[in-house]
Amino acid sequence: MSKTIKLFTVACLVLIIGAFTTPENNLGEGYKIGDIAEDFSLENIDGNMVSLSDYKDAKGFIVTFTCNTCPYAVMYEDRIIALDKKYAPKGYPVIAIMPNNTSIKPGDNMDAMKERAKSKGFTFPYLIDAKQEVFPKFGATKTPHIFVLDKTESGLIVEYIGAIDDNYKDASAVNTKYVENAVDALIEGNEVLQKETKAIGCTIKV
Amino acid sequence: MKLSTIRIVFLVGMLLVFGCLNKKKAQLIDVAEQKTQLEIYDFDGLEPILKKEDNTVYVINFWATWCAPCVKELPYFEDLYASYKHKNVEVILVSLDFPHQYESKLKPFIKEHDLKSKIVVLDDVDSNSWIPRVNKDWSGSIPATIIYNKNKRQFYEQSFTYNELEEALKKFLN
Repeated sequence: MSKTIKLFTVACLVLIIGAFTTPENNLGEGYKIGDIAEDFSLENIDGNMVSLSDYKDAKGFIVTFTCNTCPYAVMYEDRIIALDKKYAPKGYPVIAIMPNNTSIKPGDNMDAMKERAKSKGFTFPYLIDAKQEVFPKFGATKTPHIFVLDKTESGLIVEYIGAIDDNYKDASAVNTKYVENAVDALIEGNEVLQKETKAIGCTIKV
Repeated sequence: MKLSTIRIVFLVGMLLVFGCLNKKKAQLIDVAEQKTQLEIYDFDGLEPILKKEDNTVYVINFWATWCAPCVKELPYFEDLYASYKHKNVEVILVSLDFPHQYESKLKPFIKEHDLKSKIVVLDDVDSNSWIPRVNKDWSGSIPATIIYNKNKRQFYEQSFTYNELEEALKKFLN
């Protein structure tokens, strides 16, 4: 009798755990903190193909999914440039990737990307995910969406996913610089304390 | 001859004056309508709208005028509201427009599209603190929609067609 109850309890537990572990949607796919990021080869605005393995001396990367047409992305452009200027010399360059389908967003096509990079003076590669195969691997859902990677012997480890900071409107009113804190921690050999943040952004157009 | 000329000039003059007055009046009404107060909240102010416990089914859509897929699906939310407002369904459109565009973009958009659903505006920069309070799985991309009543709630980080939206709503109607 008590065995039956035990079995019943176990069955219940299995059901309950199952119910709670079933993903509510498929949007949560892509890299999680601690995952190894795969390299890619994407076309840059200068016509060359760029891979992360090209950066022999890099200690890691600030991979930034961004675009021309999203107002949130545009509001962060200057801060993305500042990140690259500050952290590329320290071994963590910005790699910007434009993930949108350009037939839906012509304002994000290669010509427009070249123009935007030139007028803003981008100091980093601005790559196009033309086949839209890279952003799903990362699990990027919107622009801007940042992934800080750290180069280790076992590969490029995803150390931070999320927003650049906590105030999209006003760079001077920012309280917490999430990406800077993450990269600073990596440079100092410390653990990244705030590994994930959420921010509003424009859905990547597929 | 002279009298009739004066008369005509007078008439034309009156027409012009009245025309101008009318136009001015119309402009005044325009301005009055545009000045219609937006309901603007930070997240603490918005949250009660997401947690009502009455007998209504709430369809809450997070959108912005700068978000093309949001604008595309907005008419479906309007249609849904028109079809179901008499069945205890309320549609609330939560705008995430930027404060500097409330006057230049949001108000003209609301007017131009003659939006009938309830519109509230969320102005809260600390999105990392409030996005998980809307739903723990929300990455922050819009459009995003919540349908809830006092018994259950579903979150959708996706765009809808009218049929998809109606199907989603029907799960909450008995």
